[in-house]
Order: sequence, then structure tokens, then C-alpha cells
Amino acid sequence: MAVADSHDTHDDHHDLHDHGEFIAHHFDSAEQQFDSGKLGIWLFLVTEVLFFSGLFVAYSLYRTNNPVVFEQAHVFLNKYLGGLNTIVLLFSSLTMALGVRSAQLGRNKNCSIYILITMVCATMFLGVKAVEYSHKWDMGILVRSAFDLTYTHPVPTTEIGKSLHISDYLVYLCVIPALLIAGFVVASVISKLINKNMLAKFMMAMAITVGGYFLGVGIGVIFMNATEGETGSSHASAIAEQPLRLLASTQDDHSADDHNKAAGDSKHDGEHAHNEEHFGAHAANGGEASFDAHHPDPSKLDRDIGIFFSIYYCMTGLHAIHIIAGIIALGWLYWRSLLGHWRTDYFGPVDYVGLYWHLVDLIWIYLFPLLYLID
Amino acid sequence: MSEHHDDLPGFCHPVSTKLLFGVFFGLIGLTILTVATSALGSALGMPPAFAFPLAMVIATMKAFLVCAFFMHMYWDKSFNVLAFLSSLLFVTLFIGMTMMDTGENQHTIEAFDINNLANVEVSE
Amino acid sequence: MVDANTRQKLFGTPETNFLNCTKGWKSWAFTLDHKRIGIMYLIGVTVALFLAGVFALILRSHLFTFDSTMLSDDMYNQMFTLHGAVMVFSFIIPSIPAALGNIVLPMMLGAKDVAFPRMNLASFYLWIIGTGCLLAAILSGKGLDTGWTFYTPYSIDTNTGVIYATFGAFILGFSSIFTGLNFLVTVNTMRAKNQGWFKLPLFVWSLYATAIIQVLATPVLGITLLMLIAEKTLHIGIFDPKYGGDPVLFQHFFWFYSHPAVYIMILPAMGVISELISVYSQKRIFGYSFIAFSSVAIALLGFLVWGHHMFTSGQSLVVTLIFSAITFTVAIPSAVKVFNWLATLYKGSILLNTPMCYALSFIFLFGIGGLTGLFLGALSTDIHLHDTYFVVAHFHFVMVGGTLTALLGGVFHWWPKIWGRMYNDFLGRVGCFLVFSGFNLTFFPQFVMGSRGMPRRYASYDPEFQAFHQLSTVGAFVLGVGILLSFVVLVYAAFRGPRCSSNPFRAASLEWQSSSPPDFHNFTQTPVLTDPYDFESQVYDEELDTYIPREFANPEKVAPRKEPVHI
Repeated sequence: MAVADSHDTHDDHHDLHDHGEFIAHHFDSAEQQFDSGKLGIWLFLVTEVLFFSGLFVAYSLYRTNNPVVFEQAHVFLNKYLGGLNTIVLLFSSLTMALGVRSAQLGRNKNCSIYILITMVCATMFLGVKAVEYSHKWDMGILVRSAFDLTYTHPVPTTEIGKSLHISDYLVYLCVIPALLIAGFVVASVISKLINKNMLAKFMMAMAITVGGYFLGVGIGVIFMNATEGETGSSHASAIAEQPLRLLASTQDDHSADDHNKAAGDSKHDGEHAHNEEHFGAHAANGGEASFDAHHPDPSKLDRDIGIFFSIYYCMTGLHAIHIIAGIIALGWLYWRSLLGHWRTDYFGPVDYVGLYWHLVDLIWIYLFPLLYLID
Repeated sequence: MSEHHDDLPGFCHPVSTKLLFGVFFGLIGLTILTVATSALGSALGMPPAFAFPLAMVIATMKAFLVCAFFMHMYWDKSFNVLAFLSSLLFVTLFIGMTMMDTGENQHTIEAFDINNLANVEVSE
Repeated sequence: MVDANTRQKLFGTPETNFLNCTKGWKSWAFTLDHKRIGIMYLIGVTVALFLAGVFALILRSHLFTFDSTMLSDDMYNQMFTLHGAVMVFSFIIPSIPAALGNIVLPMMLGAKDVAFPRMNLASFYLWIIGTGCLLAAILSGKGLDTGWTFYTPYSIDTNTGVIYATFGAFILGFSSIFTGLNFLVTVNTMRAKNQGWFKLPLFVWSLYATAIIQVLATPVLGITLLMLIAEKTLHIGIFDPKYGGDPVLFQHFFWFYSHPAVYIMILPAMGVISELISVYSQKRIFGYSFIAFSSVAIALLGFLVWGHHMFTSGQSLVVTLIFSAITFTVAIPSAVKVFNWLATLYKGSILLNTPMCYALSFIFLFGIGGLTGLFLGALSTDIHLHDTYFVVAHFHFVMVGGTLTALLGGVFHWWPKIWGRMYNDFLGRVGCFLVFSGFNLTFFPQFVMGSRGMPRRYASYDPEFQAFHQLSTVGAFVLGVGILLSFVVLVYAAFRGPRCSSNPFRAASLEWQSSSPPDFHNFTQTPVLTDPYDFESQVYDEELDTYIPREFANPEKVAPRKEPVHI
């Protein structure tokens, strides 16, 4: 089947090769090429599953052996933001599937639109993630060795941060996207001017994609404020008076000097109180003898609570890297859609990238309950 | 949206838009369900031990929908399906055997205090 | 009915072939031809073999006397670590699949190339980059002293080039995955018309089983090494007890890949041996389906035994017992193969040339290596033998006596096909003799001293072991000379050897129906599909001095078959 057959089928091959310039020379037919690619991508997905499995093993082990750590840690994750991200990613899966369908029917324009929407959803996901990460970094919630929980948030020092009341870290996380979006817009304008319309369209689409990131950041900030609420000022000051810190247990306690300073200006809107509405009764403030689930007394948290966050950052971080890789692949597909490459007998790449994208979604479908919905 | 599929090559099998949207709304429904049971579960009287298995069952249902319909597994060659599912088998093997073992060291790890190495106890 | 001209065209030495059809370094650097990629891989792994081999000779020289000061202790640690890491990751895992497999597999299927030629080239460049990162650990001046196994917590705390090396191994893992993925798809979708699974040569079966392991196990190594890097740099607290982590967890993660990895090393070797034994006994391989299924069985069972590397690491008793029991079962498919090879030899028409000498060495050496594995798989004996030279001898018997021997045998066997030139058989056999005797002299004493308590990875030792070490060192140099001689014989043959024909040894698998060297597209005419072990399907043609399929032969000059076609 793989070797050129004898003469009687030669004519068929001719026809196929005339407008079958997408069939590689070592394949005999479009079907063989498609089947090979399909099996190839499924095997690649197998390697991705095994790749993530290491982290799932680590998760299972630590959750089994340290259930207290996991119970205590989950309050620091916002399940509504997580749910929002889930819905965004599911929607991107839908648009990806619709994109594959369009490619199969040879509808290149529709395909390009669906792919663009998928990319925008992907960057929105990253934007929301950026909000979550920067919020945690403000609170000193880092990996195990650097875990240093504090409820008093640093005052923003950047201009933007001050005016919009967002954390410095979030500003830093927006620098590269801002540069990218500017770059793409400029590239698009220049391309238009030198009459490369296709390129201009592509650059504009990339700019829109990066725009999705800022959309995600905006929605994330709004959601976070809405679900965590403004705390009453008494609440804020009560926390401010008790600059308690949890250090990695291997070190001596630092002096509380720097925290007394920070305590004075802990006037952050909605960034530090934790989700009270959904747990019913509103415990007064931290620092009491009983364990307050909503903003736990740092000194009462398990010594190893940072491990949950090590696993959290590793899993969501690796997942985010895969999302970025997916965006790049989707960008490549978008370009090819603009060039009109897809036809009813050649749509493999869209199908394959689609499968990869669905796997990324699949992994999130499991990450979400495992990390965010621990009760 | 499911017209003229006779002139398509055999390996080209577009899924109907109705089905895709249907699956999507199913997925959204399940997501809302899982967040709701998590947030309101204790209030509704669900025993806490139930929470994790329920979340996993719902996640698996979502995964099935994504795999079967978005990823086209429902109509795919069984070899591809077998390859993918077998990977899950190996993950289970990995998790299972490792979990059977690591409980073993937990005691020692918890007792480990770098400031006090002389007192390290090794559990038998 | 085929005339003499066509025969000449199909099976005679061509003017243009894959080696000279395009010229210039770019035509090699950017080639998509699986044969050229295979040759580049062969050159690459040979360099890795020599480099790691030199480390080994340095080690053995140091160990000649019990209190040697040739190397400092720290230097000694680095030598054995680098010897192990380079040999395992850069030489032995890619050697047979990526070098021999790439050249031979598509031709055995009658295909023009592998399924994803660009991925094939990418796999090669990843090999280069990965090996470079591994060597960067040396070149950075920091070295590497953790042992090739990178056990925590030492690998977290040490200041040596662990990050370079683990990153290098990570990249090499991807190289391996790409090769495996490519082979799986190629065998599934690009077999010749009517070439069913049970018409495939056993080398293809073994490469397929190997590819399954590569695809399933290597990603776990990837995530393990990434987590180790994260632990070292960010202190995430997963393996480091200072932060509540479990160092034995690293061992579970590491061996979940590394045990199946040893089957990646040995399965292709066994596939080569199946080919060599049957061709050079001119007898159909005995128990074809048993050998085929045993390859897959080894691949799958190999995933269930990783804990046998951790019997003394504090693993729980229940789990230890399970792993020990399953370790015994994994020996069975390997034994099935050995018996089948022996049965193939029986009453065969044996040609004792260089590849056959290597194949016979393999059976002997792998037999010993495999049996000694059972000593290590039994819990009670392993308690005493773990971390002694017994383990070192065991794995060298299977990796060197096994894989390296099969690699040399396979390279000699297919060398005439690749270059269209014959090697000097006498010198080839001398090389084999030196390899065999040097190897035994090196590693057999190690079994004895290991069982008497000589620990591994020790720079100095008790004087009672000195005699064994001295035998071992002498043997190592003899082994080195043998390998070097084989290398010289092969290189000379490639450029200056006498021209030879397309099928000098009456083999029946499809690659022998192409010309020697093959055309760029492998075949200029669809090859005739025969059972790969049906040697009577090939008949001698006087004019071309080669064996060609019956269908193409001159019917007047062809003797009738002695045995009917095997169903």
C-alpha cells in the first residue's frame, strides 16, 4: 500500500497529485496521510497524559497523606474564578470543534473565525489566571519553601496599580501582553501600508487574541471583587492589628517590624478578605483561639500547607504552558485558514490541533475539581 | 447544517452543529452542578465523604462528553481509542502502586526536623 | 516473466543511490530520508559510545589498585556518573531503534519512508541538543556526581551540574518519544499491501513493542526531571524532606520510566538477533508467534516491576513482595525467546560469519545476564547483592553483552545493504572474539566480587578484591580494542570494501530486495511480498551473483522448491 502501485492505478495517482499537493510524497493517498496523522496525534496525547500523570500522582499522594493541608489550603482558591475559567475553556472547545467542522467542509473563512474565537478564549483563560496568581503572590502564597502568608497586602507602587487599585504583580504580568498587542497592531498597520493584506489580517487577529488576555484580566478582577466582597473597615483594621506570619517551619521567626509598617496601610479593596458569603456564618475576625475557616490564623495552619501550593503552581503552571503552546499552534492554523488551505480531503492539521486543544480542556476538567472544589 | 455529505471522502466526517452545541450545554450544566454541590453541599446535608467522589464522577462525565463528541472518539477507529484509554490504565497503575507504598514513609517525614537531626525516628 | 535487463536494473548495483543522489552538507543536515537520518544517528551514538567508553577506561584504570590516587574521590564520582548518564541516555537507548531501526524499518515494510520524516529529523536534532546539554554539565566545570540515577536528596543539595544534565536527559527523552511515535504510526499505516501483522519480520515486532514503551514511559521521566529541577531551583517541597517532601517518591517516579527503559534497550536487540539467527541458519525462525507475542508481553510486564530497584530503599513490604513476584514472570518471555533461537539453530545450515558470531555471543551473554537478574529479583538475595558489583555485572551483561553485541551484529549484517560494500569478515570475527573475551574478563570477576561484598561506586576498596579488579581492568582494555577494531573494519568497508550485491546472504525480508545501496525511494519496483523467513523464496542468480525472489528469476535456471511455502 505504501509503494507506488503498477501502472493501472497510475492515472488515479496523477489526478490525486494534481490538486493533491498536500499529500506528502511518502504517502499513497489522502486517506493514508489522514489516518497516519490521526494515530500520530492520539499517541502524542498519550504522552501528554503520562506527562501530567506525574503531577496527578504527586497530588494523590500528598492529599492522602496530608488531608489537613488540603482542607486548610482550599479556602485560598476562588472557585468562582475557577468555574469561570472552566466555562471559558469549554466554550473554546466548542468553537474548536466547530472550526474542525468548517475545515472539513472546506469553509476556510468560517474556520478562521472559529479559530480566532478559540484563541481569544485561551488568552482570556490566561488573563483570569494572572489575576489569581498575582492575588496569591500579594498574600505571600508561594511554593512550599517560600510560603509566607500575610493578610496585609502590599501597597501598589506602580502608577497603574495605584490608580486602578490592582496589585503590582498583576501589572508586571501585563507588561509582555501589552508589548505584544502594541507590536501586533503596529505590524498590522505596516503590513496594510505595504499592501500585504493577508499579513495585516493575521497581525490584527493576533492583536485581538492578546486583547483577550486583558479582557480576562478585567473580568477576573471584577469577579474577584464581587465574590470576595469588600470587607467592612472594622474587619480590615482588626486584621491589620495582628500582623501574624507563618514562615517555613525550618526558619526562625522574623521580627514583625516590616509588618507593623504595612499594617498601617492595609486598605485594599476586596483583595484580602476571603469568601465569606458562601460559608454562612460570618466569623468575626482572625486571631481567636478557634480555627476560622474563612481567613485562617496563619500560625494555626499546618506546617506543610505550602505543599498544596507547590502542587497547585506546578499543575496550573504546566497547564498554562500547554495553553500557550496551543495558542501558537492555533495561530499557525489561523494563518493557513487565511490562505485557504483546508478542503474536504485535507483538513488534518485542524483536526489534530483540535484534539490537542480538547486534551488541554480535558486536563482542566480534572484540575478544577481537584484543586478548587475540595471541601 | 448536515447537508451534502455524500460527496465527502470516507475519512471526512463532520459532526452536526446541533450535536456540538448540545454537548456544550451539557458540559455547562455539569460544571454548574459540580460547583453548586461543592459550594452548597454541606448546607444541603451532603455527607462530606461524598464530595470528592461526586466531583470525580461529574468530571468523568464531562470528560466522556469531550472525548466522545468533541474529540470524535465515538466514531473513531477503535485502535486510537484503545491507545488513549490504555494510557489511563498505566496512569492508574502508577498511582496505585506508588500510593500503596508512600504511606510507609509519612511518619518519618513528619517527624523530620532539620534543626534536630539527632532525634530522627525511623518507623519500623 | 522478467528479462535479464530488468533484473540488472532492479538488483544490480545502481549508479545513483541514496548516498550520492544529492551532495553537500546541507543535503544531509536537512535531509528527510530515513536512511540518511539513521546514518547520522549511527555516527552520533558511536561518538557517545567512545566518549562514555573513555570514561569507563579511566574508571577501570583508577580501580586497578585498591588505594589508587589516580583520581580524587570527587573525580571518581563524576566519572562513573557521566559514564552512566552518557551511555544510558545518549548511546544505548537510541542506538538500535534510532540508528538501525530508522534505516531498516521502512524498507522491511516496503515503504518509502517513515510516517513523519520531519519528526524523524527533529528527533535527531533533539538528540544532538540533549547530548550537548548533558555534556554541558562537564564543560561548565561543575561536573556531575549524583550517579546516573540522580537520587534525591543528594541531587537537590549538590552544587554540580545537575540541572544541565537533567535538562539534557529531558530533551533526549523527547528525541526517544518522537522516534517511538513515528515507528508506531509507520507500522500501523504504512505496511505493504497484504502484509499482515504475522508477515512482519520479528525486528519490526520488537521495534513496535519498544515504541510502545517509549511512548508510555518516557513522558514520566520528563515530568520527574522537571520536578527535580523545580525542587532544586524553587524548593517546591516534593522530594526534599526539609520541606515535607518524600525522597523515596523520586525513586518511584524515576524507576517507573527507567525500568521500562531497560526493555527499550533490550527488545530491539532481541529483534536483531531473531533476524541474524534465522538468516545465518537459513532456517525459518522457530515459534514466530511466540517470539512476537513475547516482545509485547515484555513491554507490558516491564511496567509492573519498577520497585525491584527499591527493595532496600524503605519500600513497604506488601509492595516489595508484589514487585518481586512479577519480576519473576517477566523473565519468562525472555526465556521463551532464547529457547526459540536455540531451536532455530538446530539442524540449520550455519554460516559462521561476523554477525552470526555476535548473535551466538548474545545468546550466551544475555543468558547469563538474564539469569543473574533473577538473583536480584529474589528479595532475600537482593538484600545482600543490592549496590554491589553483582548488580553492575548483571546490567553490563545485559546491556553490553546484550544490546551492544546485538548492535554490532546488526550493523555488520546490514552494512552491505547500506553501502553496497562488504566488510572484511576475518577481521570482523577477530573483533568479535576480542569483544567477547574482553567483555567476559571484565565483568565475570565482578559477579564474584559482588557476591563477596564489594560495593559499587566506591573509589577505593579492601585489598582482598584487588585481583578481581585487575582482571576486570585488563578485560576492559581488551574490550575497548575489540570495539575499536570493529569500528575500523566497518569504516574501511564503507569506503573501500569490495562491492557486493543486493542480497549476499539469501535473506528474505523486503529490504534485501532493494539494491545495495538502496535507491532514494528505497524500491524502484514494488517488492514481492514473501514470508520474511521463507528463504527458499530467494534463488541464486549467477549473472548478478546475488539472491533474488523466484518471481524475478530466470525460470530455466531455477531449481524447484524443496519445502512448500509456509502458511
